[in-house]
This record gives sequence, structure tokens and C-alpha cells, in this order.
Amino acid sequence: MNDLIVAAYVFILAIFVGFEVISKVPSTLHTPLMSGANAIHGIVIVGAMLVAAALGGPLGTLLGFLAVVLGTANVVGGFVVTDRMLAMFKQRPTRKTE
Amino acid sequence: MTLESLIPLAYLVAAVTFILGLKGLSSPTTAVMGNRIAAAGMLVAVIATFFTQDVQGGVPVIVAGMLVGGVAGFAGARMVKMTAMPQMVALFNGAGGGAAALVSILEFSRELGAGRGTPPFGVTLPTLLALVIGAVSFSGSAIAFGKLQGIVTPRAFRYAGQQVVTGALVAAIGALALGLLVSSLGTATIDPMLLIVATTILALVFGVALVLPIGGADMPVVISLLNAYTGLAVAMAGFTLANQLLVVAGTLVGASGTILTRLMSKAMNRSLGNVLFGAFGAATAAGAAGPTGGDDGRTIRSIGPEDAAILLSYAQNVIVVPGYGLAVAQAQHSVRELADLLESKGINVKYAIHPVAGRMPGHMNVLLAEANVPYDKLYDMDQINPEFQRADVALVIGANDVTNPAARSNPSSPIYGMPILDVDKAQNVIVIKRSMKPGFAGIDNDLYLDPKTAMLFGDAKDAVGKVVQELKRAA
Repeated sequence: MNDLIVAAYVFILAIFVGFEVISKVPSTLHTPLMSGANAIHGIVIVGAMLVAAALGGPLGTLLGFLAVVLGTANVVGGFVVTDRMLAMFKQRPTRKTE
Repeated sequence: MTLESLIPLAYLVAAVTFILGLKGLSSPTTAVMGNRIAAAGMLVAVIATFFTQDVQGGVPVIVAGMLVGGVAGFAGARMVKMTAMPQMVALFNGAGGGAAALVSILEFSRELGAGRGTPPFGVTLPTLLALVIGAVSFSGSAIAFGKLQGIVTPRAFRYAGQQVVTGALVAAIGALALGLLVSSLGTATIDPMLLIVATTILALVFGVALVLPIGGADMPVVISLLNAYTGLAVAMAGFTLANQLLVVAGTLVGASGTILTRLMSKAMNRSLGNVLFGAFGAATAAGAAGPTGGDDGRTIRSIGPEDAAILLSYAQNVIVVPGYGLAVAQAQHSVRELADLLESKGINVKYAIHPVAGRMPGHMNVLLAEANVPYDKLYDMDQINPEFQRADVALVIGANDVTNPAARSNPSSPIYGMPILDVDKAQNVIVIKRSMKPGFAGIDNDLYLDPKTAMLFGDAKDAVGKVVQELKRAA
């Protein structure tokens, strides 16, 4: 039960942090921000690793494997795609002189 | 101090990087850094996890899965065209949701397999939530991807008895969940594994039923919402596994994703409920106006590239209104060339960016930035709208719904109330468009029937290229 209460505390506090951290985002950044947040929930990869071998057996192994595949795709794809989006916004050195 | 006792510390570091990462992503100057900080934190968490006891037996499966998922994710993210970015985000989001659902199934089965019966209420409840929300996000994202990719009809797909079907699904999922929760309290009735499987299937169907009736124009909001869902599912999986890092990261995304979804729907002047259950896009074009005219006798004027070039070269102020058609045709470089040419003639060129131009907020900015269009030439809707009446030519390239005056004047229009660009206030309007097909919202655009509007039919890149040639020849 203790674990659960701790998790509940963390959950509630994280809600407040999540609300607070996003305030006043220029609409230009909506898409990259969504994509970045998308990569962050890829943390489910850690959960997938923890249960990958939990069941054993062909079906259990297959499901564990799939969970890791999906989680990794979420993490890697999410961060790389966000980086690519943001690369488009990089300040070009010539801009100041224009 | 053993190595394993350092793991929670590594998780704490990761949690902090996620908060800093999100914070960084919300400002243009720190966004790149923010994304990389979060990625580094993710790496720390994954490496630390390899040292836990639970993982030891599964290393081969995990490494194999990471290779497959990593290559797929990396290749997908690198190779996708900038225009297809939104559906790619949907795909990755669906993957996360699917992973959360699988994790909760596996953890539940492990508890069952340990011979202790259905896990206690405090475990079963979050497990169920992770499963249902994750599965809905998985199948919902798949449909959203299909709609944006054109595999599934982008139109709002509605059918008789839709409310009944959706309601029945919710009721059935609720009943199954209740059955499981009851059995978690000690009175086992039906095989809990059977309940889990049935719940999963129904949740997958529900995800499809949820997204299918929503029109393609609303997909960005839907993807953002599903993104928040996945975050919540991951947080719930964190409860199940008693893993605080999953709870923190998942909740952060759930909360910030909810805010972001609200910001997006506000940019379209729609409430979230309206997006999910409204008839937007369902009131499809009763009659998509033929290329020759509307129902009230007004006709559409079609011009060629040479006329467009003349019109543009005599202008003082030109406002370019880019839309999804520009993105699809990859016309951003041609548009840049056109703008350069006009500017060399001393003509003022500005870009009017609607908050949802393209497919997502910020999407158009990304595309134009790719073509080296200076950032300070891009104007938000609020900044540019007063300037349209001073513009000699408004050049609309592949934009449709965001220029439709019906949003201002016609209360019966499904997009009534949506903020639009006041293109119709310009002296002349040139619309580059492939055909008279209605836009994503599925409605006709009165702008095209306006006497001062000239239609230049063709693929955006092609048409702009031809106008550039004409301009060069005249010079």
C-alpha cells in the first residue's frame, strides 16, 4: 500500500508540474512540443524491459518482445523526429545581416 | 552501496531531465537543447534499468526488441517527409500506447501466474486503466495515421446508430472492468485472463469508433489528445509496476498534453467536446461546386500563370497565404524563389500563417523555415489580418478552409466562428489550387466565387514555378 500512496503523491504533484511547465507556448512550437512530449512517454520502454521476461513461454516472450519494440520505436522515433523539426528553426548566421 | 541501489537515483535524474526538457521545448531558443536533455535522461533510465534483477532473464528479448524498434523508429523518423510529420507523430504515439497496454497485460499475467489470484484492487485498477487507455490510444492513433495518410477516409465517417454503438462499447468495457475489480476484491467469478483479453479487444474497437467519425481537419487535435492519453496510460502502468519514473513522465505528458490539446482547439475556436462529438466535417459538401460555378449563378474565374505574373508584378504589397497544398506539393522552395523575385522588384512580400495552416500548429513555419524563408516575414493571423485591406494581391497557395469567409458570415456553416485569414479583404486574390475539391473540412469556399478572386489551377509547385518563369521573362 505504501508504494501506492507514494505513487499517488508523485502523480498529483506531476500533474501540477505538467500544467505549469507548458504555460505560454508560442503556437509555432505546438507541433515540436507535442512531438517531444510524445517521445517522453516513450519511458514506457523501461516498463517494457521490466516485464519482458515476466511470463516466459512463446506467447509471453512474443508479447514482451512486442512491448519492447513498440516502446523503443516510440522513444527513438519521437526524439529523432522532434530534433528534425527543431533543426528547421535553427537561427542562420546570415539572418542578422539581412 | 550496490549498483542496484543507484537505479532509483538514475530514475530521479531522468525525471528531472524530462521536466527540464518540456520546459525547454516551450521556448524557441531552448527547444533543441530541451529535446536533447530529455533524450539523454531517457538513455540514463534505460541503461540503469538493465541493472535491475527483473531484467536479467530477458536481456536477449530486450536487446532484440530494441534493435527492431530502434531501427524502425530511427528510419521512420529520418525518412519521413516534413509534410508527413503529423501522421508520423501519430504512429509513434500509437506505439507508446500499445506498449503501455502490453506492459499492463504482462504484469497482470505475472501476478496471476504467481498463483495469488487476481491482484489486489490497488494494482488491478491502474492495470485496467493502463490497458484500456493504452489500447484506445493505439487503435485511435492508427486510424488518425490512416486518415492523414489517406488510407482511411479523411471525411468524418458517420453511421446510423453511432451513439448507440459507442455507448454500448463504453458500457461493455465498464462491465468487464467491474467484473475484474470485483474479482480483485476476492470473489473470483470468471477467469480474469479472459476478462483482460475481452477488455483489450473492446478497447481497441472503441479507439477506432472514437476517431473514425472525426474529420481529417480535426486530426491534429485528436493526435494531441491521444498523446495525452498515452501519457496517462504510461503513468498508470507506473502505478502497476510501482515505478515512480513511469508515473512522473507519463503524468507530465498527460497534463501538458491536455493543456496543449486545449490550446490547439482554441486556435480553431472549437471546444474539445465539439471536436470529439461535433458534426464538423460531417456536414460534407452537399454539392461540391463544379468548376464552373456555384448554385447562385456566380462563376469562378480561372487564369493562367502569365496573368498571375502580371498581376503580381504590378503589386506593391503581396501577402502569401500558404496551406497544406503547398506542403504536399513541396512548393516551399518555389514560393521562396517567387518571393525573392518579387522583392527584387521592390515589392513587399509577407506570409500569413494561420494557427492551423498545414496540418498542425507550427507545421507551416517548419516547412517555410526549411526553404530558408526569413522568420520575420512570417506573420501570425492576428498581426496580418488588418493588413489584407492594404494588400494588392493575396496569393493563396493550397490553403482552403482557413480562408473561407463563411466562417465569419454564415452561422450555418460547420466552420462558423473559426478564426480565419481575411484574404477576401485584399484588392485581388489569386488562389492556386489543384481542383475545385473542397478542403479537409469538406465544405465549399465562397472565396472562390468572389469576383476579385482568380483561380490558377494546378499543382502548387508547378504553378508557382510557371509564374516564376513568366516573371523572369517579363523582366
